Amino acid sequence: MIRLQHVSKMYETGNRAVRDISLDIKDGEFVFISGKSGSGKSTLFKLITRELLPTEGSIEVNGSDLLTMRRRDIPRYRRTLGVIFQDFRLLNDRNVFENIAFAQRVIGASPREIRENVPKMLQLTGLSSKYKYLPKQLSGGEQQRVAIARALVNSPSVILADEPTGNLDEANSREIMGLLEDINKRGTTVIVITHSREIIQQMKKRVIMMDKGHIISDQQPEARDPEQGIRPMPVRDGGERQEHRSRRSRGREA
Amino acid sequence: MKLNTFFYCTKQGLKNIGRNILFSMASIATVAACIFLFCLFFAIISNVQHIVTEAETTVGITVFFNEDAGEAEKKAIYEAIEAQGGIKEIRYTSAEEAWESFKDEYFGDKSEELAEAFADDNPLASSDNYEIFLNDIENQQSMVEYIRTLPGVREVNYANALVSALKGINRVIYILSAVIITVLFAVSIFLISNTISVAAAFRKRENEIMKLIGATNFMIRAPFVVEGVMIGFFGALIPLTAMYFIYRRATTFLLTQVLAAGTTVSVSNLFQLIPIREIFPQMVIVGLILGVGMGFVVSFFTIRKHLKV
Repeated sequence: MIRLQHVSKMYETGNRAVRDISLDIKDGEFVFISGKSGSGKSTLFKLITRELLPTEGSIEVNGSDLLTMRRRDIPRYRRTLGVIFQDFRLLNDRNVFENIAFAQRVIGASPREIRENVPKMLQLTGLSSKYKYLPKQLSGGEQQRVAIARALVNSPSVILADEPTGNLDEANSREIMGLLEDINKRGTTVIVITHSREIIQQMKKRVIMMDKGHIISDQQPEARDPEQGIRPMPVRDGGERQEHRSRRSRGREA
Repeated sequence: MKLNTFFYCTKQGLKNIGRNILFSMASIATVAACIFLFCLFFAIISNVQHIVTEAETTVGITVFFNEDAGEAEKKAIYEAIEAQGGIKEIRYTSAEEAWESFKDEYFGDKSEELAEAFADDNPLASSDNYEIFLNDIENQQSMVEYIRTLPGVREVNYANALVSALKGINRVIYILSAVIITVLFAVSIFLISNTISVAAAFRKRENEIMKLIGATNFMIRAPFVVEGVMIGFFGALIPLTAMYFIYRRATTFLLTQVLAAGTTVSVSNLFQLIPIREIFPQMVIVGLILGVGMGFVVSFFTIRKHLKV
């Protein structure tokens, strides 16, 4: 269970990225978080991963209060999350197997656990035949599948995906979303931040819309008009998306 | 810490060294130069100190008595000196022993022939004396001054010039080495810190991923600390190996030179270097603590600064 109550986040620059957000995400739910650039989606992502602390309000994930959590407990908390990014964030000097095993190694898993778990993830993501490939030898969709396998290998209870299809074509995007849906069916909570209206409409899942730091709608699929889909969003071209990406990466660098 | 975590961190640390080999080599070379000079000065200072100690034990204060001084007066002098404290040993040398010692030292193998002329007339008849050895050579001057005030004392001899010279040399070496080593330490710290910073920049992406998938601070920092420790270790190992061979040769060379110069046995003993089996274990301990310690501390604080995990 993820519970945010009256959460606000103001950066040191004075920018108020998230304003008085309250929401509940139940265990095993599949939720989309959508909105324009600068709507506060990425800040929300970072608040849940405990990269940022809210200025006001409280965040509780699986019974842990992120505000009062001690620094030394953060790594243990993060092991209950699996994070996926638009730019995959794979280690380019290591092959597929090593990229997935990396997530296990850094939490001190034994070689036996690695030998058992990594092949399972390779099978789940359909990469068994490519375990020796380096990331640059794979397509975008395959690279994202490696990132998903890496996120899953430590058996997290929540998967957080930030624009997982942002760098992929339509076919690969569908494939990745199908994979995330399969993972969700196994009981893992999945939270996907996305711009793609097509994907949101196809998936028929709960959608939280954000704008200027506020939640402007939170709709279950059955509540949406099947003809209209979700509330129309401004049409975005490639340039706008690129601008959004670079702003996010600047934020991370800062 | 689990064994596989230890191996993982060690492997990653070694990989870091390989990734920026030039920086690592520069750091190792500077640490090596620093520890080599440290060991060199350590050896010189230890040996000068050793010579001073030898001088303290072999060259004492010699107290000669007035010709008319009786046994009671000599005993009173003995007790007065002993009462001052800080005395290692007071040795009485009779006139006969002094004459025998003189004959051995100056007449050598022909002592009996040359001494025959003196027959029963001991030329050192009134040279019985106390030889006094102090615990701390620093007190020598004040002790000499005190003894001169005692009744029945004719003359006081002591090796003031030698000890002062040795102490002076030691002080100069000490200051010189402190300055050079401080500069080299500063350069070493700067270079190790730079190497670790470069490694941190290389692994920025990896560290970000590690952070997000739940790696502990220890797990993220450990490879960098391993890298620093390895730089320090190799930086110490190289000069220690070099020092072992150099010191061994120097010991033999100096002894050969001193003996070839025809000095007496007591003087040659004075200028013998500390045996390598005594000094080298100390050098190894100090060198490794310095190298590994410096690598550990510098890398630990550098990576703390770079990785806000």
